[in-house]
Amino acid sequence: MLGWFKKKPKKNVQEDSAGRSELAREDIEDDKSESAAQAEDVLISEEENKSVASIAVREHAPETARSKPSEKNGGLFSRLKEQLAKTRNSIVSRVDALFLGKKVIDPELLDELEEILITADLGVGTTHELVESVRAKVDRKELSDPQVLKRILKEKIAGFLHSSDQKAELVMPAKGPFVIMVVGVNGVGKTTTIAKLANKFLKAGQNVILVAADTFRAAAVQQLQIWGERIGVHVVAQKTGADPSSVVFDAFDYAENKNVDVIIVDTAGRLHTKVNLMEELKKIKRVMAKKIPDAPHEVLLVIDATTGQNAVSQARLFSEAVDITGLALTKLDGTAKGGIVVNICRELTIPIRFIGIGEQMDDLRDFNADEFAEALFAEGES
Amino acid sequence: MFDNLSDRLNKVFKDLRGHGKLSDKNIQDALREVRMALLEADVNFKVVKDFVATIAEKAVGQQVHSSLSPGQQVIKLVQEELISLLGESTKYLELQGKSPAVLMMVGLQGSGKTTSSAKLAVLLKKQGRRPYLVPADVYRPAAIEQLQILGESIGVPVHPSQTEQDPVTICKNAVIVAQNSDYDTLLIDTAGRLHVDEELMGELGNIKSAVQPAEILFVADAMTGQDAVTVADKFNQDLNISGVILTKMEGDARGGAALSIARVAGRPIKFIGTGEGLDALEVFHPDRMASRILGMGDVLTLIEKAEEVVDKKKADKLAQKLKKSTFTLEDFLDQIQQIKKMGSLEQIMGMIPGLNRMKQLKDVPKPDEKELGKVEAIIRSMTAQERRKYQIIDASRRQRIAKGSGTQVQDVNKVIKSYSEMLKMMKKMQGKAGPGTVFKGKTKRKRPKGLSRR
Ligand SMILES: Nc1nc2c(ncn2[C@@H]2O[C@H](COP(=O)(O)OP(=O)(O)O)[C@@H](O)[C@H]2O)c(=O)[nH]1
Ligand SMILES: [Mg+2]
Repeated sequence: MLGWFKKKPKKNVQEDSAGRSELAREDIEDDKSESAAQAEDVLISEEENKSVASIAVREHAPETARSKPSEKNGGLFSRLKEQLAKTRNSIVSRVDALFLGKKVIDPELLDELEEILITADLGVGTTHELVESVRAKVDRKELSDPQVLKRILKEKIAGFLHSSDQKAELVMPAKGPFVIMVVGVNGVGKTTTIAKLANKFLKAGQNVILVAADTFRAAAVQQLQIWGERIGVHVVAQKTGADPSSVVFDAFDYAENKNVDVIIVDTAGRLHTKVNLMEELKKIKRVMAKKIPDAPHEVLLVIDATTGQNAVSQARLFSEAVDITGLALTKLDGTAKGGIVVNICRELTIPIRFIGIGEQMDDLRDFNADEFAEALFAEGES
Repeated sequence: MFDNLSDRLNKVFKDLRGHGKLSDKNIQDALREVRMALLEADVNFKVVKDFVATIAEKAVGQQVHSSLSPGQQVIKLVQEELISLLGESTKYLELQGKSPAVLMMVGLQGSGKTTSSAKLAVLLKKQGRRPYLVPADVYRPAAIEQLQILGESIGVPVHPSQTEQDPVTICKNAVIVAQNSDYDTLLIDTAGRLHVDEELMGELGNIKSAVQPAEILFVADAMTGQDAVTVADKFNQDLNISGVILTKMEGDARGGAALSIARVAGRPIKFIGTGEGLDALEVFHPDRMASRILGMGDVLTLIEKAEEVVDKKKADKLAQKLKKSTFTLEDFLDQIQQIKKMGSLEQIMGMIPGLNRMKQLKDVPKPDEKELGKVEAIIRSMTAQERRKYQIIDASRRQRIAKGSGTQVQDVNKVIKSYSEMLKMMKKMQGKAGPGTVFKGKTKRKRPKGLSRR
């Protein structure tokens, strides 16, 4: 029952140098049944934690999963299922509903399409381009079937996303630790995403350490430390107020002869328009390269799916400063669609690596362009 | 990429000069531009639709004003309508009624509730109230500690919440503590949650009925996109919110979410958050927000800030001193204080139309608050004589100054170095320097490098 929490540290210590080939991406790919099983575990272990005070691994993490146990077997389990349904296979498609009675493509349908796309935060520019391209086809009588129209649009959007795709494995070093630096504006979910990522790596048998380089925000260090305890990974930290570069330095020192496979660096949230803070980020990055050539191998920008057009500005300025190599899109468990990433992909060709679909450590999924495009058309709850 | 709306409208109306009526055709063109501007600013699709319809109604048949160009006329209409939607005038907290008054902060994860709670505590304390911070986020790791640390830094007591406790119980207990300890205002920091999470939305409802808040403030990120309406609507439906705080406004988001939220919730935006510092909370001005959404810059705020800061006499005197090279460390301190009052350069840049996207300006190093505070402390620890004649500050004096200001000798060295470099530069610039240049701030460029941020 508690296997979900217990097995990791043990397994990890013994198999720390498992082949990197089977790392991350494949292994991270959870299928639904596995997640559901995990969810059940969380739920049960949580209840146990309430009654039995001294369950070893969780001693230090009183505040665990967020849902309180509820009457039924509902709570987290049903929520997770719901989330998955929403993000993966949207059952009711708005477009389907829209297209149902329609035999031909009329202006009204195109207008509604425009609304769907804009409401998904795709932006006026991209939306118009998409709608006009199909309108032209309709005008030229090349297109009349609403179903085909829907398929074309989805393929186009997925195409934008695919074109900035890049194999995650490519960024990984041939030997030595894989260093991931996580950046983004305040409150997007950097720390939580790091915890989720660490958990995935750990499950893949990797030896992971976390670096608390958000030395600015009150209790940010503790937040990461609590996650570290929950997951069972080491967190290198100094006091709040310390120089983040020096924490990174410490961490790299620590990792030197410990067979560490993955180092994930948390950084303080900062608005992309704050030049001095972006300078600080550059400095942290430079320090890394001094110690481990080519580090960081991945600079992951975390974007909140609730964000509108400003996300493009975020991606642009963070890229200018520290050369973003991948995106993580969080909070897709809400009703926001996160369509703005399509524009980021188009403008900056940065691959989207992960999506966040909740606050628990297993609420991370590989990004899938086709499913994402499909979900853009899904009916939002309201 | 985004032309501002007035430029665009002027393009639409370029053939129409000061006579006749606004025609259907040119109104349609103008409205298309208005629509684009609002959508680009993240105003919700449906809200835009209604908005444009209202403007269309008001615009048709209007006489073209003699003093305004047709473009300006449409802008005026749009702006008036925006302002009326955003709430006409600045609204404040309403904390009359039973004591202790309870404020409850609610919103999505990561929207800025905890920081805003602490900022409000600072503000209330300044107004002579006795605030009590209540962390009720038992879910996010270290959320309680975060508020505890913030409370300590601003000298406001924080309720000793525990993660094993139920948030409703925490809040009830906190009210009792407040009554016994004579705190008159409770600030409840609730956990961030999704509007679709019925269980956790229910928890908020329970807190509400348990403590009967005077204010329920919905905290939203200024960068929020189209979904702002869905979220605000649900929070309002469930809790009947009393106001809104819009956070992270110092960035470059146009902030259309403000309009979406105001429209769907029908509640006033009361404050905006403009930085990570705990004094970066400002009252909300509908007119300024309207200009910002339209991409026309927050000119009013800028003017106000400049007026506030620029003491004309002082500026003239400074200019004199520059000419005569009698610019002392005392004056240096003066300038630092002015810069501090004025706010960060990028904040100011954001307020000037067109300027906010100028790349080269973004590369100018910015002063940071902490840094300036340090410099201030160092100069304050100098004797009057030292301030006038920095050359006499030898090693032992430096040591004394460092001690007195609670800094390191290196810090003192840096201040003196940047001051002397500034002197040199001023000499070079002589003749060019009028009073105006004072605020473009050579101090900023020359600020000591490499110390900590913010
Ligand atoms: N619903 C939801 N909440 C998330 C997700 N990722 C992060 N959060 C929450 O967002 C808030 C801010 O996250 P945090 O990791 O502290 O953000 P940071 O400031 O960027 O490090 C926390 O309350 C997290 O639990 C997600 O995918 N879904
Ligand atoms: Mg963080």
